[in-house]
Amino acid sequence: MTTAPPSAQVASDEEKKTKRLSDKLPDKTLLKWLRDMMLIREFETRTMQAYSNAQIGGFCHVYTGQEACAVGTIGSVEHDDPVITAYRDHGHALARGMDPKFCMAEMYGKITGCAKGKGGSMHMFDKPNHLYGGHGIVGAQTPLGAGLAFATRYEREVMEATDKKRVCLCYLGDGALNQGALHEAMNLAGLLDLPVIYIVENNGYSMGTSIARGTTMADDLLKKSDAYGIDGIEIDGMDIRDIYDEFKPFADDLRDRQRPGFVNLITYRYHGHSMSDPQKYRTKDEVKEFQERDSIDVLAKHLMEDRDCLSEDEYKEMQKELRAEVREAVKFAEDSEFPDVEAELYSDVFLNPMAGLSPSHDYPIGEENPILEEAEEKDDSED
Amino acid sequence: MANLTLVQAINLALTQEMEADDRIVLLGEDIGLNGGVFRVTEGLQQRFGEDRVVDTPLAESGIMGSAIGLAMAGMRPIPEIQFEGFLGPAYDQLINHGARYRTRSRGAITVPLTVRVPVGGGIHAPELHSDSPEAIYAHHPGIKVVMPASPYDAKGLLISAIRDPDPVIYFEPKRIYRAFREEVPEDEYTIPLGKAKIVEEGSDLTIVTWGAPVLQCLEAMDKLPDDISVELIDLRTIYPYDMDCIEESVRKTGRCVVVHEAPKTSGFGAEIAAMVQERCFLHLEAPVQRVTGYDTIMPYYKLELDYLPEADRIAEGVMACAAY
Ligand SMILES: Cc1ncc(C[n+]2csc(CCOP(=O)(O)OP(=O)(O)O)c2C)c(N)n1
Ligand SMILES: [Mg+2]
Repeated sequence: MTTAPPSAQVASDEEKKTKRLSDKLPDKTLLKWLRDMMLIREFETRTMQAYSNAQIGGFCHVYTGQEACAVGTIGSVEHDDPVITAYRDHGHALARGMDPKFCMAEMYGKITGCAKGKGGSMHMFDKPNHLYGGHGIVGAQTPLGAGLAFATRYEREVMEATDKKRVCLCYLGDGALNQGALHEAMNLAGLLDLPVIYIVENNGYSMGTSIARGTTMADDLLKKSDAYGIDGIEIDGMDIRDIYDEFKPFADDLRDRQRPGFVNLITYRYHGHSMSDPQKYRTKDEVKEFQERDSIDVLAKHLMEDRDCLSEDEYKEMQKELRAEVREAVKFAEDSEFPDVEAELYSDVFLNPMAGLSPSHDYPIGEENPILEEAEEKDDSED
Repeated sequence: MANLTLVQAINLALTQEMEADDRIVLLGEDIGLNGGVFRVTEGLQQRFGEDRVVDTPLAESGIMGSAIGLAMAGMRPIPEIQFEGFLGPAYDQLINHGARYRTRSRGAITVPLTVRVPVGGGIHAPELHSDSPEAIYAHHPGIKVVMPASPYDAKGLLISAIRDPDPVIYFEPKRIYRAFREEVPEDEYTIPLGKAKIVEEGSDLTIVTWGAPVLQCLEAMDKLPDDISVELIDLRTIYPYDMDCIEESVRKTGRCVVVHEAPKTSGFGAEIAAMVQERCFLHLEAPVQRVTGYDTIMPYYKLELDYLPEADRIAEGVMACAAY
């Protein structure tokens, strides 16, 4: 068993220089990625502030440090490819295009949140953006991801409702590698040719347990996917161009062949596991080592120096804009109402509320989900 | 005597039992190095070593199943499941196996297991971190279900659970982990499983409850008019439950209100209401009332106190029962 701490070591620049797929992308794509990553960073900064001001309650897990993972992988697939993830889910929601105001309002427990303020930080659902949510039970999303992938095949091959091949992105933490559910799901996916890609956001820790202390084969995780006949790759998750270079062809191939995949995406979380974590299990130096190759800095530098498509001033301007955007989301959350107890405590349990369904209480129809409402409005205006 | 919180009382009981019995093994996620999510096992790994306080991978089915295996072989395992919602993956091992070995082997193989699980709402946590599934476990023959409501009881009940020859699920109400302190004797003592406690004596109406709501019931009793005298029973063990104590009280008062955090439908209050009418029918002055959580998923924290049976709602239920 290795006990080495997570390492920020990566391939040398020399190795990377030889033609990169991401070099073919237009500037605007990379600028968009930068913007998305910065949005998540800023969003999480405000989340932590609101949490320490007791405006956000419950459990709250921020994504700071891992931004390139969600933005890079989601940026490599189609918008209608289903995405499902664990509880550290704000970044995936924003990368998938959820309006930050719905995300923030949810954490504030407001009726305007994506789960009507009745779920909180781990409940980021956005059906119109094909995001099937965060999950508070570690590993629970992994068989669900297999099912979402199953549905894409079923729709195309059995129902013949579409001829589009899709893949499901199913994210999990390194801790979830140890849950039985994942292993059942991988076997099923391998056996039934389900196009689900298990993306392990390997930040080296499951709460206070380092991967080497909790997981066998921690330094050779692809053996696990091998065992199920599933193709696997390992990617440096701190450099979004690396993610695209490696993940894009991998996902394209799996889409084409309609097969499952497994990605060991090496990343790092800068803050504690949740908002109350004394972090006795790691050193400040280790955190610094990763922060020195921060994914936002790395991409910004590339855009400024190699591509020459971003100036220092423009970068600052972008930061300012994002700050304003997130401030607006916070204001939206602050100004929104809490769910009405009478109307909402019993709503959203069943679709079919009928008097006498339960002798104790009826199940009223509450307010419409704000995300669905917005999507409907958009549809109408497009007609 | 020391003035301890519920967390400290549990920690003390674990320490003393581990000193006395080297068959005791603790297993769980982050229970060693980190001392557990609620710091209940703080200091135990330093004291007893990594072989007896085992930091496990994130794998509830594996934790529960291997603890059951240890117990079958004669050890006294005490797994910790971090929150009641994570019992899901462990349920098969615990209920389909752990709870059934004595019966299945017709007494040849037994499972002296104590599962520690933080339970209930009131700490601003989301669903799966705030639920009260005690009735689910009480429904299964072969496992005992315990829930202390005070530091003193926590220690005595835990020691009994550990020494019990059968599986016990020991639910720790997280809302009162550090809510108040109480004198807890240094010496080891046990509180028998299956015995309720009369927290307050009274003559007009009986409240039956367990876990954190004991406090809310006391608060509710302060809000009642002086001429209603309430007898408050803390069940302490939900299965097997002390029906004799309830029966004696309700025969005296003629009125009964059950209070619990779990949803009303199929909650353990339903069992008590049924038994009260079975045993006390001719003594009842009013139908048994239930003041409980709702038949819906635990909402996020802003609605939490609307969901939980807080003092005002309990007082209302008591008044309704008293006025019947
Ligand atoms: C089944 C289950 N067990 C335990 C937990 C408590 N818990 C929440 S997150 C976590 C650590 C997960 O680590 P990892 O999968 O690596 O994700 P990360 O936090 O690093 O994003 C644990 C133990 C849970 N939510 N569900
Ligand atoms: Mg992790």
